[in-house]
Amino acid sequence: MEALLELLQQNARLGPAQLAERLGQDEAVVAARVAELEKEKVILGYHGVIDRDKAGNHNVAAFIEVKLMPERGGGFDRLAQRIAKFDQVTSCFLMSGGYDLAVFVEGEDLREVARFVAERLSTIEGVQSTATHFQLKVYKQNGFLAEVEAEATRLPVAP
Amino acid sequence: MNYTDRIARQVAGIPRSGIRDFFELVLGRDDVISLGVGEPDYSAPWHIREAAIYSLEKGQTSYTSNLGLLSLRKSIAAYVAKHFSVAYNPANEILVTVGVSEALDIACRALLNPGDEVIYHEPCYVSYSPSIAMAHGVPVVAETRVEDNFELKADAVAEKITPRTKLLMLNFPTNPTGAVQPAGELEKIAALAIQHDLIVISDEIYSELTYGGEDGMDRGEHTSIAGLPGMKERTILLHGFSKAFAMTGFRLGYACAPAELTEAMMKIHQYAMLCAPIMSQAAGIEALEHGDGPVEEMRRSYAQRRNLMLRRFAEMGVPCFPPGGAFYAFPDVRKFGLTSKEFALRLLEEESVAVVPGNAFGAAGEGLVRACYATAFDRLEVALERIGNFVSRLKA
Repeated sequence: MEALLELLQQNARLGPAQLAERLGQDEAVVAARVAELEKEKVILGYHGVIDRDKAGNHNVAAFIEVKLMPERGGGFDRLAQRIAKFDQVTSCFLMSGGYDLAVFVEGEDLREVARFVAERLSTIEGVQSTATHFQLKVYKQNGFLAEVEAEATRLPVAP
Repeated sequence: MNYTDRIARQVAGIPRSGIRDFFELVLGRDDVISLGVGEPDYSAPWHIREAAIYSLEKGQTSYTSNLGLLSLRKSIAAYVAKHFSVAYNPANEILVTVGVSEALDIACRALLNPGDEVIYHEPCYVSYSPSIAMAHGVPVVAETRVEDNFELKADAVAEKITPRTKLLMLNFPTNPTGAVQPAGELEKIAALAIQHDLIVISDEIYSELTYGGEDGMDRGEHTSIAGLPGMKERTILLHGFSKAFAMTGFRLGYACAPAELTEAMMKIHQYAMLCAPIMSQAAGIEALEHGDGPVEEMRRSYAQRRNLMLRRFAEMGVPCFPPGGAFYAFPDVRKFGLTSKEFALRLLEEESVAVVPGNAFGAAGEGLVRACYATAFDRLEVALERIGNFVSRLKA
């Protein structure tokens, strides 16, 4: 992955000037490259990584294993894209192994998620089965630990 | 009791470290952003720490072979062959030590007779000259200069060689300058070593942390003198885990050398140290076997911070040659009419930023200061802003 993307993946708040300083490039060049990556949808978006418990967000999050009936010509794409479009779905991946889609959903409460699974997801023609797992506690999210290690103290001046 | 007479002459003769005075000053303040550190700002990668924990869980709390665990020595042999293109026999050519510091000390003690001269280059890490002196050797300085990007010129070495010269000590990439030694000049130095029958001690602790390409993001070239033709037989290669793997507190290093030299060093090591701590050795195996990815991640982050620092120094009008390795910048502050020490003291007092005066690394470092960029980006940015304020007041 190019260094610019690595930097943004770690910290999307870096502006073109800061990125340019770290990459040893011109600010204008970096800004143009970011715009290009956004346009090409290499960069899909930016968001803060929030510990929902600490933020007082009591929404319910769940991960659903979904088995699909593949289709001639398109495989799983048409159904997966259709499922991904629901607002409740935060992430959606095609998987190898015992099931086909990993669908991450969020809802206001348990009932809303249950309703989504029962009425929306399961009723789609081609969805063979679902298994829903509710999320209980976050330890690490998008590369960030929920409990950050205390910073080790280092000698302020050393040879 | 008068203790002065009781202390051994070669110890009494070692001057008090300039860094220590400065250290006391910095410790007295709590608002300081320190660019005076000499180690990574990372903790050791988790997979390495986890390996150390696992070794404790398994009850590995015993002594090891004096040379170090054979499995670690095998990993070292493979790692050195891959990265330095030199083959060492793990059975009798590799000695695991308590950091490179110990390796340096026992290498000097194993080789030097009283009065033997050792050529080393300054500015340099603070322990070279004392290690030579404590082994009853005579430290002889060959200076590197900012005009040469702090490369060691073969001519500078040649003019210091006398019939008493026994050792040549090298450290590239260099602390504090960040210099790397180009292969061409290194070959000339190797030729001198062969011509004058010198043993070379080469401390290559920063060899993974090099910055190549225009933007420094690629790994730069590092040539080990041990890998040059005819040099393995007269080189003691010193390396360790502290810098690249961010394992300073594990205190783990190693020496690779011809069997007879390794045996001589081992004689001192076995009585002074017995062996390196076993949990550190377990962590070392993990680092060598699976650590390349995390090392490269850290190196790229240092490269970005190096870029940031160089650009800001350029904007401030502070001359600084682009360092090819380590994690130090060594800017030249002579134009402000202050000594290294005055510059560092005033920067600390007026802007609460700590850098290390260059003369702490030898007289050749006068007029420069060492700024370590292994510091978190946000703090580095604030520190550079403060240095900018300080410098613009000096210019006014």
